[in-house]
Amino acid sequence: MEKRVTFRGWMLPLLLIAPQVVVSVVFFFYPAGQAIWQSLFIPDPFGLSSQFVGLGNFEFLLSDPFYRASFVTTAVFSILVTLCSMIPALFLAVIADRLIKGSGVYRTMLIWPYAVAPAVAGVLWLFMFNTRVGVISWYLGQLGYDWNHVLNGGEAMGLVVVASAWGRISYNFLFFFAALQAVPRSVIEAAAIDGARFWRRFFTIVLPLLSPTTFFLLVVNIVYAFFETFGVIHTITAGGPQQSTTILVYKVFSDGFVGQDLGSSSAQSVILLVVVGLLTVIQFKYLEKRVHY
Amino acid sequence: MNKTLIAGFALASTVLTPIAASAQTEVQFWHAFTGRLGELVAAQVDAFNAGQSDYTVVQSHKGNYSETLNAGIAAFRAGEQPHILMVFEVGTATMMAAAGATKPVFEVMAESGATFDPDAYIGSVKGYYTTTDGDMLSLPFNSSTPVLWVNRDAMEAAGVDPDTDLSTWQNVGAVLDQLKAGGEECPLVTAWQSWIHLENLSAYHDVPFASKDNGFAGLDTELMLNGEAQVAHLTAMGEWAQDGKFVYTGRRNEGGANFRSGECALFTESSAGYAGIKAEAEFDFDVRPLPYWEGVGNAPQNTIIGGASLWVLEGHEAEEYKGVGEFLSYLSSSDVQAQWHQDTGYLPITTEAGEATRAAGFYDENPGTDIAVIQMTAKEPTANSKGLRLGSFDQIRGIIDEELEAIWAGDKSAQEAMDSAKERGDALLRRFESANR
Repeated sequence: MEKRVTFRGWMLPLLLIAPQVVVSVVFFFYPAGQAIWQSLFIPDPFGLSSQFVGLGNFEFLLSDPFYRASFVTTAVFSILVTLCSMIPALFLAVIADRLIKGSGVYRTMLIWPYAVAPAVAGVLWLFMFNTRVGVISWYLGQLGYDWNHVLNGGEAMGLVVVASAWGRISYNFLFFFAALQAVPRSVIEAAAIDGARFWRRFFTIVLPLLSPTTFFLLVVNIVYAFFETFGVIHTITAGGPQQSTTILVYKVFSDGFVGQDLGSSSAQSVILLVVVGLLTVIQFKYLEKRVHY
Repeated sequence: MNKTLIAGFALASTVLTPIAASAQTEVQFWHAFTGRLGELVAAQVDAFNAGQSDYTVVQSHKGNYSETLNAGIAAFRAGEQPHILMVFEVGTATMMAAAGATKPVFEVMAESGATFDPDAYIGSVKGYYTTTDGDMLSLPFNSSTPVLWVNRDAMEAAGVDPDTDLSTWQNVGAVLDQLKAGGEECPLVTAWQSWIHLENLSAYHDVPFASKDNGFAGLDTELMLNGEAQVAHLTAMGEWAQDGKFVYTGRRNEGGANFRSGECALFTESSAGYAGIKAEAEFDFDVRPLPYWEGVGNAPQNTIIGGASLWVLEGHEAEEYKGVGEFLSYLSSSDVQAQWHQDTGYLPITTEAGEATRAAGFYDENPGTDIAVIQMTAKEPTANSKGLRLGSFDQIRGIIDEELEAIWAGDKSAQEAMDSAKERGDALLRRFESANR
């Protein structure tokens, strides 16, 4: 049976949820409502006049092949960032979990990059891969590989993915590591007695038991790749070359704050809101069924 | 106890401020300069403040050009706008369209009674910021024009005579071959590719960049950057890029680092690159006029400016505008301008300042520093070389950058890339037109 606490009257429960509601209204519903409203207009930058265009902004965007291409770029970017940040994190967590001595040091070292702000991480990676003074690009040059992410879209994408995933590995590591500690030893020992080797135990016992954490991290990382990688992209490529790293969020920024086109920028935010909403629904509807709690 | 103290301070400060303010009227000036340029601006402001006692100009740095414009716009929306805002040339059409937000400079000057002679300003500089009726809307502040920088040591190392004639792109092409053959790994590099290799290229050859006199004659303008002259130039540049004779380093002035470190032989960059190159280059360099294609259009016509101008924003007291007028008049004065021109490599905005610099012997001591001035003023500007006035131009430049990258990477032909740039840019121009109808 479910336990339920029943309140008498309405005042206390309302009061208790009030802070949460106020925060949501002020920081989410109000701005989101503004974005939806503004997406119906083409305003001038100074807010002196605006033209009502109905769904004109959406029409303008969706008929732009570069905007449509930006969906694909975003999908590729998000999937790569999620994979590149989760798989190494899981691997490191499994290794660190097996350590008997010195695991504290390893843990601290592995969590460290999380403290680096995305924009700073972007500058660090950019510096290492700078086509002129970068250490790594210099070594690549010695090996005969001509690194030039300012012209090569694939290399630019690779660089922003690595820079975005790097700090994120720490975050994921933390969750995986905690989850691994919670896997009951008795189950693993029983399997070991039955003769299952380490990787077999890992894939048949540990991984399924980690699934709630994996699912949580999947959702959180995709949201991260969508919204929080902005700083990295801004510092490393500014969306280039030829829009090959222009993800949806970056376009919202560059159209709104560089181009002063607030109408289009608002319409893009609305589209983004819908896309992320749909993604989350899909994740919960289909993926969550396969999660064992 | 603490609260009383704070309240006490608050009261004291509100009581005291008006007294302080009544003595001097404050004028807020937002600009986009850091480093050496920031110091020079601060010095100008300090000198103005020290020279009179009625007004205090408060200068603040608000980030790069785009960020400064944004800060100004956001402040205007919040009713907290500065009196004077520095806006880069690309934002000119945006500011002009915002008639209710800006107060034209000619009006400010007339009302303030400060000395102001529109004819004192160099035509090709003020033309960018002046209406077709001849009214100056914003005060040109820092203006520069592209020139060709030459690393003489690198030329010699590759076995090329450093005094070779580089006035035409035909000659430059031949020199690039020799440089490459002589083992130079970075024969040519550029900064601000759209500004130099499209906007200025068009003006210099007297071919239109956009219809309606490059946007001066109306908002219903369309890009014409896919014309024959532009495509021919970009095709040549694209071939040089493929052969490793032109090295692409980025959309802004990233190439400056490559040139200043001595890595590259030729560099197309703003005349204002002078301060940096002079400070850092450990090689023998000189300045040449921007090359042109012999036999194309009316080349050499004149090049156009880049840089920024000062806009006065609406919504302040008449007394404060008087201070603004005084300050702008001070900035345009011959001494201040001549000093600024000599310190930075930016163009003098008045003819008198240029002459004062020549008379002081500066050009003789620093050969080449007058090339930009000559290049700008040798011929009377035509409708194609007066400047550009296009809405959403910052974004359009972004589009052009993307398409140029496609040419350098060999993904598109110059014609395809420029056709696409025109189509995409025109869509933005139509949006700007409908937002400002």
